[in-house]
Amino acid sequence: MITTLRAFMVKELRHILRDRQTLTILLLMPLVQVVLFGYALRSDVRDIRLVVVDPSPDYATQELKARFTAGRRFKIVAVAPSFSIVQPLFRQGKADVAVTFDPDFAEHLESNEPARILLAVDASDPNTGTTMQTYAAAVIAEYESELKQRKGRPVMIVPEMRMRFNPSLESVNLFVPGLIALVLTLVSALMTAISLSREKERGTLEILLVSPLRPWQIIVGKVLPYLGLAFANVLTALLAAWLVFHVPFRGSVVLLLAESILYSMVSLAIGVLVAARTTSQRVAMLISLMATLLPSSLLSGMIFPIASMPRLLQVISNVVPARWFIIIARGIMLKGIGVTYLWRETLVLAVMTMFFMAVAVRSFKPRVA
Amino acid sequence: MTAPAVFARDLTRRFGDFTAVDHISFEVATGEVFGFLGANGAGKTTAMKMLIGLLAPTEGEARVADLDIVTQTEQVRCRIGYMSQRFSLYEDLTVKENISLYGGIYGLSDSTIAERSRNMMESLGLKDELVGKLPLGWKQKLAFSVALLHEPAVVFLDEPTGGVDPITRRQFWELIYAAAARGTTVFVTTHYMDEAEYCDRISIMVAGKIATMGSPGDLKKKWNVSTIDELFVRLARPT
Amino acid sequence: MNSADVVVQNLSRKFGETQALSDVSLEVQHGELFGLVGPDGAGKSTLFRILTTLIVPDAGSATVLGLDVVRDLWKIRSIIGYMPGRFSLYGDLTVRENLSFFASVFGTTIEKGYDLIAPIYKQIEEFSERRAQDLSGGMKQKLALSCALVHRPQILFLDEPTTGVDAVSRREFWDQLGKLKASGLTILVSTPYMDEAMRCDRVALMQNGQILHIDRPGDVGRHYPLPLARVIGAKRYQMLLALRDAPHAHSVYPFGAELHFTDDRAGYAPDKVSAELREFLLGHGFDDATVEPIQAGIEDNFMELMATQARAS
Repeated sequence: MITTLRAFMVKELRHILRDRQTLTILLLMPLVQVVLFGYALRSDVRDIRLVVVDPSPDYATQELKARFTAGRRFKIVAVAPSFSIVQPLFRQGKADVAVTFDPDFAEHLESNEPARILLAVDASDPNTGTTMQTYAAAVIAEYESELKQRKGRPVMIVPEMRMRFNPSLESVNLFVPGLIALVLTLVSALMTAISLSREKERGTLEILLVSPLRPWQIIVGKVLPYLGLAFANVLTALLAAWLVFHVPFRGSVVLLLAESILYSMVSLAIGVLVAARTTSQRVAMLISLMATLLPSSLLSGMIFPIASMPRLLQVISNVVPARWFIIIARGIMLKGIGVTYLWRETLVLAVMTMFFMAVAVRSFKPRVA
Repeated sequence: MTAPAVFARDLTRRFGDFTAVDHISFEVATGEVFGFLGANGAGKTTAMKMLIGLLAPTEGEARVADLDIVTQTEQVRCRIGYMSQRFSLYEDLTVKENISLYGGIYGLSDSTIAERSRNMMESLGLKDELVGKLPLGWKQKLAFSVALLHEPAVVFLDEPTGGVDPITRRQFWELIYAAAARGTTVFVTTHYMDEAEYCDRISIMVAGKIATMGSPGDLKKKWNVSTIDELFVRLARPT
Repeated sequence: MNSADVVVQNLSRKFGETQALSDVSLEVQHGELFGLVGPDGAGKSTLFRILTTLIVPDAGSATVLGLDVVRDLWKIRSIIGYMPGRFSLYGDLTVRENLSFFASVFGTTIEKGYDLIAPIYKQIEEFSERRAQDLSGGMKQKLALSCALVHRPQILFLDEPTTGVDAVSRREFWDQLGKLKASGLTILVSTPYMDEAMRCDRVALMQNGQILHIDRPGDVGRHYPLPLARVIGAKRYQMLLALRDAPHAHSVYPFGAELHFTDDRAGYAPDKVSAELREFLLGHGFDDATVEPIQAGIEDNFMELMATQARAS
């Protein structure tokens, strides 16, 4: 009995060690994940972009401003006398926190009255939102006690908190845009890769090639149904989010659907590319998982803020299509913004689509070898 | 009188309301080379699967190496060998590795495996390379020898020579003859009708039943044909 | 300007370390039923894939219907019919769905091609709503052939269409091919079964990437270099072993119910060979043995050519 078991285990070990392709992926994938999670992906937040609204600058507002930048967690992106600057900056995604001083801030402090600060945080990502709020509140509290020490008497700084775009910090609001991205990636990239390589394995691809069909026709014919499927999935996800979880939808549904199709096309193109280069369904599945699902979930800013990643990963994140799509989806759903603000991200996706499509069609040769 | 190596009586297998094997009965003596023929879909594969313990019969009984295939399936497995066209050996393992794998599975000691492995490779003239690199004919000859490694009483061969070149096919059948001469019973199916003539006795299955059985010479006389191929065509397509 | 439908000249192709095709040349005339006969690994599929423009050769050239397989691939692809090995069909589609798909791929419909495929398709038409994976081997074969014909190709390439199929279905398939040929279609078929070679107009015997011989099947035997005799008797295995030690035994092989003995004396009278063998066998106790000279068949030839090829390498 033991000999039988041993013989079998030895055989399985040999199979595993000799399948170089699968082995590489199986060893590489966990390693990459460990490195990413252990080293690179943090939930603490850095480089928080701060807007300071200071209608009547005085020594107190200047000192508090300095305290914010001293800790190096915050960097000031704008200083303005009126509040009107804040909303557009938030909507464009150019600021994370806005500190608005009451007029005559220092005067209030001197006369022992509560000096108010309005603290507004972009909470479309509720995890980072809470963290940023905590940091900001801490800076303010520290300054308050510092002032108390200096003046030898009590002072009162009263921060008023506002969480923009997601006042109740619903995490489901965070998830839904990311979820849409994941679902689209899964259906488009993974299924396309599997479907194409299955055709190869079955042998039917040969017959298709020996026909008037051009490679691009075969690809389009294979890929369009999955596009339709992805589309249906987006609609279902949105309906579920809206009806069941009451996720807000402040922007244009049509725009979101259009951007979803664009994002699907990038994923489809990547799926085709993977299938064109691989020999079996199993390998196609593993590689497309590694190449699409992994970066889409970890490096797109869906869960872990990009600003907190090491420089290298931030750069890599730029070529992850999901990163751009999530900005777009969050913008449309939670901030209600349109193409005027999102045209840059849309352009990036469009360029990626064309690039991957071109490469995919070229690698799908009309010959077998 | 010793028990037959393979015995079946009213062996039946149904799938829903489709009867794949319909009350077949036959006996194979020890050391016989028995050809089990039939058209695709006639029930050959199903019958064979029952005999080697992969499928349970719906009705009837069968004994292999004088062990009941239903109640003594485990013991039957230890006393038989099996080889098919579709799968024989692991392509990404070497010759020696395959031999020690199967030797290990059947519980042979390391020294037995080493000795038989040496003999096998010598008589087949093989080097220890990856099985995937061997030409088809060599693979099949090796697979057959490996199926005999644990010295089974009966060896079941499912279309073992498909696609193999004519010389190697004949060498394969010489290996079969040699095994039968040593007392191993050989139960073989094939699509090559000339190979049917190499058998001591054959049976032809049509639509789940055994249409005829006997030695090739007797059957040709009885049905007044000159080749088994003719007989096969006559039985499988009565029109 | 060669008017043959298929012209292959000195074609070679390597895969990694294996020389799949080695300086292969042949011609197929219009309306011929041409057979490529040889075991697995002979190079038949590789040759087919070059002719159907799926692979590019390393050396040599080939034309199909006057078009070059490398340059004119798109022109070739719209006018040929191809049935790759193991009948590649869509298992989860029905018979009818498979057929209409392949028709549409070539820009035609089942109706337009119906009269050509009818003799074959009629045999499986009653199963038209059954999924292809639930068909028997013989029926899959007929479906695959129909799919290859539905767009009315000018030439048909069938790669091992009878492998894994029982003897009766094989016969029926070749009957169909005969009828197709009669309608003027040029057909190239590959097969590992030597007996099927007899049903072709001409055959090319292939082994190890080389062509051993090309001829009409009936004429192949004329090239057998040594005297051949047939031995029939009861104790076949023992006779086989004994004959291997007979004087002048070049080769002895079982052939169904008989043994074929080849004498190594080229040009020696076949009757004398038989007489000497009879004596030899009697002397070894095989009194029921009958020996007579015979004409070599395709399989005898193939094996002799194989042995010569092996000795040369």
